[in-house]
Amino acid sequence: MSDVIEASGLVKRYGEVVALDGLDLRVSEGTVLGLLGPNGAGKTTAVRVLATLLKPDAGTAKVAGHDVRTKPNAVRRSIGLTGQYAAVDEYLTGRENLRMFGGLYHLKPAYVKARTDELLERFDLTAAANRSLRTYSGGMRRRLDLAASLIAKPPILFLDEPTTGLDPRSRLGLWQVIRDLVAEGTTVLLTTQYLDEADQLANEIVVIDKGRVIAKGTADTLKDQIGGDRIEITIADVAKANSAAVALRSVSTGEVSIEDDRLSAPVSGGSTVLVDAIRALDAQDVAVTDLVLRRPTLDDVFLSLTGHAAEEDNSPPPPSRRRGRGQ
Amino acid sequence: MTTGAPEIMKRPIIGWGLHDGLVVARRNLIQTIRVPELLFFSLVQPVIFVLLFAYVFGGAIPIPGDDGASAYREYLMPGIFGQTVAFAAAASTVGLAEDMKRGLIDRFRALPMSSGAVLFGRTVADTLRQVLVLTVLSITGLLVGWRINNGIFNAILAYLLLLLFAYTVAWIGSWIGLKVPNPETASTAGLIWLFPLTFLSNAFVPISSMPGWLQVVAAWNPVSSVVLAARELFGNPTGIPSTAWPMQHAALYTLISCAVLIAIFAPLAIRKYRSTTSR
Ligand SMILES: Nc1ncnc2c1ncn2[C@@H]1O[C@H](COP(=O)(O)OP(=O)(O)OP(=O)(O)O)[C@@H](O)[C@H]1O
Ligand SMILES: [Mg+2]
Repeated sequence: MSDVIEASGLVKRYGEVVALDGLDLRVSEGTVLGLLGPNGAGKTTAVRVLATLLKPDAGTAKVAGHDVRTKPNAVRRSIGLTGQYAAVDEYLTGRENLRMFGGLYHLKPAYVKARTDELLERFDLTAAANRSLRTYSGGMRRRLDLAASLIAKPPILFLDEPTTGLDPRSRLGLWQVIRDLVAEGTTVLLTTQYLDEADQLANEIVVIDKGRVIAKGTADTLKDQIGGDRIEITIADVAKANSAAVALRSVSTGEVSIEDDRLSAPVSGGSTVLVDAIRALDAQDVAVTDLVLRRPTLDDVFLSLTGHAAEEDNSPPPPSRRRGRGQ
Repeated sequence: MTTGAPEIMKRPIIGWGLHDGLVVARRNLIQTIRVPELLFFSLVQPVIFVLLFAYVFGGAIPIPGDDGASAYREYLMPGIFGQTVAFAAAASTVGLAEDMKRGLIDRFRALPMSSGAVLFGRTVADTLRQVLVLTVLSITGLLVGWRINNGIFNAILAYLLLLLFAYTVAWIGSWIGLKVPNPETASTAGLIWLFPLTFLSNAFVPISSMPGWLQVVAAWNPVSSVVLAARELFGNPTGIPSTAWPMQHAALYTLISCAVLIAIFAPLAIRKYRSTTSR
């Protein structure tokens, strides 16, 4: 399969801030790439460069085979863009919005009409189609926003945090829409701060922080990268946290993290490690109220890659969070 | 999926740029209808000006060369017309700053449309709105004693000049709207330059009543020329004509300055549009 999005060495600076710092990306046709990163990682900047809205300071990018710098209009004909905030006209009705975008894509009026009805139906907006957007909820606006970028059936879709601010039900609905689009052959580049979203939708995940790629692969390879399973314990007495850390370190394969009365550490060796852990904790005289072995989530991946959790800002970790060093 | 592959239109005779511009203009005009409050308040201000100047200040401002009872009101109306169309620029500024904030400009920029179309649509719609504004103002003027004394053909020319001026300032306003960081700043930045522009002119007081150096500024101010041209075309009193060239050739100077201003600000605004993104 060919790569329909390929970027290499993208650099974008805003004065002192380096938003993109040599970013490389490849997305093969018909797949979903999840671009994952915390606030300020450079996700929106990357999407804007690829969608021809921003000129990179360095590096090259091709979308649908066209250079974003020299053939922006050719790129624009192949893409749909749903920005981080719903970009639709507040005063127009849902239907008028879709018609306007259809007109601007130079589609035949009859086609626009049929396609508009189809999209309104698909996004469950038929009943609200003739109401001004000022009466729409946030979720309805986002759905219309996505519908607007689908009006010309673009083969490549950029979705910048499409589910931020949606309630769980709307979120699941949008996921289904994205899955359907991919089943129809659309290539999707999706940015998100939600690890489960990338896990659910993306064939491949690229984790970025401070404008650079810090990891990539499938959800599974990323999870394996941090050593598979994790042991998590809750201790009865917070004062024993250090002793507990010592105990976990003796069975762990990596860094032990401590958060108040909860500790976790990567382990390998399946359930026998639980027995070892209990013995070690007992030897340190630490009482445990909870102890589990769990499959890693992408949150863990993120924590181990960047030293901070994904949904947290770039600010330094709060004082209550201390980290033990691995052996 | 019931619809097939996207069906693209044949290229319209008017060209894609104009086609796209009209799609955007239509959208901006729908806004006007959906938010009548906005139009209402943009009408209230000039109507208040007419009433204030006509009844409160009118008697205190003599019009040299014409001492008829309704002379000031006849003198005033083209001035109010000129001031009102100039202030329309602020609507372009705020409108574009809002589109930018909402991310609509980003979205338009990611479409395969011509890059001048959004600004063309905006300036056209903002100018068309002035047709309605001028109509309401003219009716108010007729009620307070303003008259068209020079035939309907000349009156139409006067209105066309005023609309050309509205279109010109809409480009300047658009450029400012793309430069400012947010709609809040836009509502200040969009207005601030319009006060000196309209008050340092012959719109409300005759140029001959100003101190010497201001007379020069006012005589070369395009607001003065469009207002003077309108007075001449409506057959309203003009005061004692200034000898400055623009005041001797008011209509011609208006056409030239509009052409020059559009030639400067349209490319500036389009260039800004091409590189701008919302924050
Ligand atoms: N127009 C701009 N001017 C100045 N700095 C900017 C601008 N746009 C982005 N930045 C900076 O560039 C960096 C990357 O921003 P970007 O919006 O790409 O991050 P993001 O990953 O999309 O974050 P978020 O999750 O908050 O949307 C940030 O430090 C941001 O402050
Ligand atoms: Mg972002």
